[in-house]
Amino acid sequence: MTTENIATEQSDHDSHDEHHDHKMTGVKRWLYTTNHKDIGTLYLWFSFIMLLTGGALAMVIRAELFQPGLQIVEPDFFNQLTTVHGLIMVFGAIMPAFTGFANWMLPMMIGAPDMALPRMNNWSFWILPFAFGILLSSFFMESGAPNFGWTFYAPLSTTFSNGSTAFFVFAVHIMGISSIMGAINIVVTIMNLRAPGMTYMKMPLFVWTFFITAYLLIAVMPVLAGVVTMVLTDTYFGTSFFDAAGGGDPVMFQHIFWFFGHPEVYIMILPAFGIVSTIIPAFSRKKLFGYASMVYATSSIALLSFIVWAHHMFTTGMPLFGELFFMYCTMLIAVPTGVKVFNWVATMWRGSLTFETPMLFSIAFVILFTIGGFSGLMLAMTPVDFQYHDTYFVVAHFHYVLVTGSLFSIYAGAYYWLPKWTGHMYSDALSKWHFWCSLISVNLLFFPMHFLGLAGMPRRIPDYALQFADFNKWVSIGGFAFGLSQLIFLVVVIKCIRGGEKAAAKPWDGAEGLEWEVASPAPYHTFSTPPKID
Amino acid sequence: MIEQKAENTKKNKTVLTKLILIVFGMFGFGFALVPLYDVFCDITGLNGKTNETAASYSASGVDTSRTVNVQFISRMSQGIPWKFEPIQREITVHPGEVKFVTFYAKNESDRAIVGQAVPSVSPGLAAAYFQKIECFCFTQQPLKSNEEVEMGLQFYVDPELPEDISTVTLSYTLYDVTGKVDS
Repeated sequence: MTTENIATEQSDHDSHDEHHDHKMTGVKRWLYTTNHKDIGTLYLWFSFIMLLTGGALAMVIRAELFQPGLQIVEPDFFNQLTTVHGLIMVFGAIMPAFTGFANWMLPMMIGAPDMALPRMNNWSFWILPFAFGILLSSFFMESGAPNFGWTFYAPLSTTFSNGSTAFFVFAVHIMGISSIMGAINIVVTIMNLRAPGMTYMKMPLFVWTFFITAYLLIAVMPVLAGVVTMVLTDTYFGTSFFDAAGGGDPVMFQHIFWFFGHPEVYIMILPAFGIVSTIIPAFSRKKLFGYASMVYATSSIALLSFIVWAHHMFTTGMPLFGELFFMYCTMLIAVPTGVKVFNWVATMWRGSLTFETPMLFSIAFVILFTIGGFSGLMLAMTPVDFQYHDTYFVVAHFHYVLVTGSLFSIYAGAYYWLPKWTGHMYSDALSKWHFWCSLISVNLLFFPMHFLGLAGMPRRIPDYALQFADFNKWVSIGGFAFGLSQLIFLVVVIKCIRGGEKAAAKPWDGAEGLEWEVASPAPYHTFSTPPKID
Repeated sequence: MIEQKAENTKKNKTVLTKLILIVFGMFGFGFALVPLYDVFCDITGLNGKTNETAASYSASGVDTSRTVNVQFISRMSQGIPWKFEPIQREITVHPGEVKFVTFYAKNESDRAIVGQAVPSVSPGLAAAYFQKIECFCFTQQPLKSNEEVEMGLQFYVDPELPEDISTVTLSYTLYDVTGKVDS
């Protein structure tokens, strides 16, 4: 596409806007919007608010664990904190952030005017605040918030529920419906609205990863809805899905939950792969190494995710064959994941690298996600898992993949596309402060957890044995520092929205993709006429 | 433009319909996992679940060449005010031999309670070979206040029991099912 016809297209848009586009003002604009960019913005702000909320809960957890003994909170409230922290971070921070990226970027990347189902898009966002409103309101109820862990194992969530199960179940139902609608929208958009000439294998890898993730969501979120429904009826309507007295089986809960749960962890990491695969080539000034292998690796990770769920349950007493099967299948996932990591490294190899903030976050992602991947491999080994199971080693593992993995990729993506979203460049110095503070504190926060876990400190406890005191102190200091560092990001974003150096249509010289062919900030309507792809 | 839009709407609806069907299908699949799990455990004998209805004796004969220790354990689920224990804690049987043992139960509260004992066999792989011909766990046990009862269990161990298993533990957990419908 040449610059001239973009220019004419832009002016077309402007005149078009004057006639038809009555942007509403104030709160109505946001409540009634069907514009993919508005909804993307809503998702991103919502997820950041949830990140701070879940983070605040984590700060209380770390304050309690700063030294042995009970200082600040009661054990039952501590359990409520860990439970709601997990739920908010998984369903409120990471997943909506990715949906936000999908809404903002997918239509622009495939040359579509908007998402395929804009009204459903509006609805899928606006039910989310209600879901989290219900969940968080339970803190102020007599029963307290859910205290059975984000994995809500039966019978903790059924027989021994503190009375919060109904709030929890309906909140999860609404989150699930929202995710499913978001995912359906992504699939329909990608299948039907690609610009002429953009075949599947010409789509940016970002689009591919969201396409595959959306399918995973459509396949497993209904299973989650099913299992929370069973928990609901077991608790309140006398069914016995998980109650041995009535012929049910509590271990079956874990099977059904993790059938959802394992694909869920890939739902939270595959989009991160897509973001990083977009950014690393841009700042290496090279094409992504092994595009096709990346597509196949992503697909095989998604398929394998359906046959590894029981590696979360090695200690439930499976027969040897089952343990070996799930162990080898889990280890198999390291192969396509390794393909990805090597491809990122090969993309950087002999590139002319520059280290702008998005690239810094991406490189940190590659290294730290790999550490999380390796501790995952250790956990996959059945014999040693008996030692690691339910210890801080597991906590260290999944925080490395979710914080330095998913969250870092979200920051990388935000810094990469902020100029496109706001039309301004952000403060380079401040964003680098954000990066370095986060990088140092996050490792201080999560790395010693490996040692704590290996030494036998169990997870989800408000108190611990004295020999864990020193490490826990360091972990807590890292935690407070990491929490505070995220406020720098808030400052960077607000300053960037308010003003700053004007961003060019393509502020990164190595960047590729249709989103850079429209002006910065991206006009309210883009690609009303599809671009031509050669 | 308008034709294109109409065509797009139609295409979108087709994909949307298919995806919604998948969503409902997967919701149903979640529930289908419940019977599938039972069938799977039944076939493989995983999970220590024993037969829930009376088995008839079908062993080819008594294998006097080997003996198996059968241990009995009982435990109360939280909050049931009963005394419930095996009268014999451990017996030695030949595979194929039919044995009768008794359990003692007493309702120590001042109200009537219906109890339900749920069996589980360890090691789990032995569950398929532990055959109960008659068991108090097939029915519920209503006991009045301070009523006591001796309950019988008639069983045999199938001679097909794998050679490496020499001890089988049968554990009963007693649940309070007062007010719940007999299923």
